[in-house]
Amino acid sequence: MNKILTSSVEWIDARFPLTKLWNEHLAQYYAPKNFNVWYYFGSLALLMLVLQMITGIFLAVNYKPDAALAFGSVEYIMRDVDYGWLIRYMHSTGASFFFIVVYLHMFRALLYGSYRKPRELLWIIGMFIYLSLMAESFLGYLLPWGQMSYWGAQVIISLFGAIPLVGEDLSTWIRGDYVISDVTLNRFFAYHVVLVPIILLGLAAAHIMALHEVGSNNPDGVEIKKNKDVNGKPLDGIPFHPYYTVKDIVGVAVFLIFFSAVIFYAPELGGYFIEHNNFFPADPMKTPEHIAPLWYFTPFYAILRAVPDKLIGVILMGASIVVWFILPWLDRSPVKSIRYKGWIFKLALTLFVISFLGLCYLGMLAPTATRTAFAQLFSFIYFGFFLLMPWYSKIDKTKPVPERVTN
Amino acid sequence: MSTADATSVGKANMTEGIDEKKRRFLIAATTVVGGVGVGFTAVPFIASMKPSARTQAAGAPVEVDISKMEYGQKMTIEWRGKPVWIVKRNKEHLAALPTLNSQLRDPNSDNTDQQPDYAKNPNRSIKPEYLVVIGICTHLGCSPSYVKEEDTHDLGSDWKGGFFCPCHGSFFDLAGRVFQGVPAPSNLVIPPYTYLSNTLIKVGADYQEGVA
Repeated sequence: MNKILTSSVEWIDARFPLTKLWNEHLAQYYAPKNFNVWYYFGSLALLMLVLQMITGIFLAVNYKPDAALAFGSVEYIMRDVDYGWLIRYMHSTGASFFFIVVYLHMFRALLYGSYRKPRELLWIIGMFIYLSLMAESFLGYLLPWGQMSYWGAQVIISLFGAIPLVGEDLSTWIRGDYVISDVTLNRFFAYHVVLVPIILLGLAAAHIMALHEVGSNNPDGVEIKKNKDVNGKPLDGIPFHPYYTVKDIVGVAVFLIFFSAVIFYAPELGGYFIEHNNFFPADPMKTPEHIAPLWYFTPFYAILRAVPDKLIGVILMGASIVVWFILPWLDRSPVKSIRYKGWIFKLALTLFVISFLGLCYLGMLAPTATRTAFAQLFSFIYFGFFLLMPWYSKIDKTKPVPERVTN
Repeated sequence: MSTADATSVGKANMTEGIDEKKRRFLIAATTVVGGVGVGFTAVPFIASMKPSARTQAAGAPVEVDISKMEYGQKMTIEWRGKPVWIVKRNKEHLAALPTLNSQLRDPNSDNTDQQPDYAKNPNRSIKPEYLVVIGICTHLGCSPSYVKEEDTHDLGSDWKGGFFCPCHGSFFDLAGRVFQGVPAPSNLVIPPYTYLSNTLIKVGADYQEGVA
């Protein structure tokens, strides 16, 4: 039996680099031995990508991308299709969990300087994944054709209308109609199930390839490739498989406990994962009393609302996302990890996290004068964290970085 | 001659025989021709995403009977998929409009994109009583709420009635004119409309004098 297996692998290896790929990316990919709990979120993001694709395919089987039928077909999935409710809630809850995992994954990079040289491109590919995810969830949110689907899409597409000269024509081109309509729903379905998933898969593959080219960072921010044994293997590295594959399975098990708890006991999470108004069919004649995007978009939405000018608001909202792309060149600290950075960076990061969460919270609420003032303050801190970084990361007092990783 | 010599001679001949200039020209020429081809191929795909012939034809005018409207009442009808409001204003409403001018961005409706010529007047309407306006906020496309003077609201004690957009907090007066200091940049849009009789409005067709 073993002999047959070996010769089969040999037969394949002569025609396809099976063993080579396995070794390069798993069995002989050396990852730093000092990964901590923050390092679970990369593999969990991959898990969520796969889960969303599988549940998505099964939903597409019963869903109808037609303004007259869409809302009903989602309710049909929820009530009449066997386990349809489960698959739908896995998908809708999955979207929010995907963003939770991705935000923690990005925060890990902020903590340990994982965006610094030589990982700039890895970071940028990651940011493109984040952008595609935003597009994917925005497109998907229109499909149930509820009130929030409709008016959320109306507001977001109107953002393009703020662009001088071509804005109005551009938003008409995106909608394929003068208002959000059946035409828009039909094309958003195509983008949501075909276009963006293909882009996401390609970017995820590129992200992993770039990671395995430069090697993983670690909580100490020390390059393990600098210290190798006689065989050329990093002294502080361990093979990804079986060490981290097994460790990640533990992470997956714990994650799935939280994930299933929400799916089974609070799939809408009190309106945070599926908004209450989305259980009313879309009505182009009436905007709900209060509309807000889902929680993972609200920080940027709060920045948009904080500006009392249409065009500048849209520009600043765009800038709040674009600024992440240039992060590798903003950080001038001589060290990567927060473990060896000084108090200034720690304070800046703390203020940034408070502002981000504050904007996230404010973006969900209806605007009042006080809330707008707070949103403006948080927006200043948000941009200050990035734009002042070249200055404060340079003058910050750092600690000496050890030669090898610590335990 | 040994094999090694033959190879080196062959290599030397190959390098000598290359016309680098010609090769660069051919690469550039093929790239340009290919690029033009890609450009032309992209046209039908991009054009297919524009509003189709059927979508463009769907904007037929709508007739509305306003005979049963009372003062202060707002009626909503659908035209081209958008809400169109008709509000019947009383004398106090109309008298209040000029008093607000100093608080507005465009009190005299100078932005010609926002209304037809026949609605560029202090009331922004053909007949002073009836306001006909597209109920879509000029900020990001939400449909504002109608807030009367006597309704409970937190728009200030000198609120004379108008429209408030719950999405981003813009507000407009009873002629659809935008206030200063709100995100919306311009007045609400007045659609083309005309009177077929004293009690019948046609939305989507331009005003014809003498019909009613």
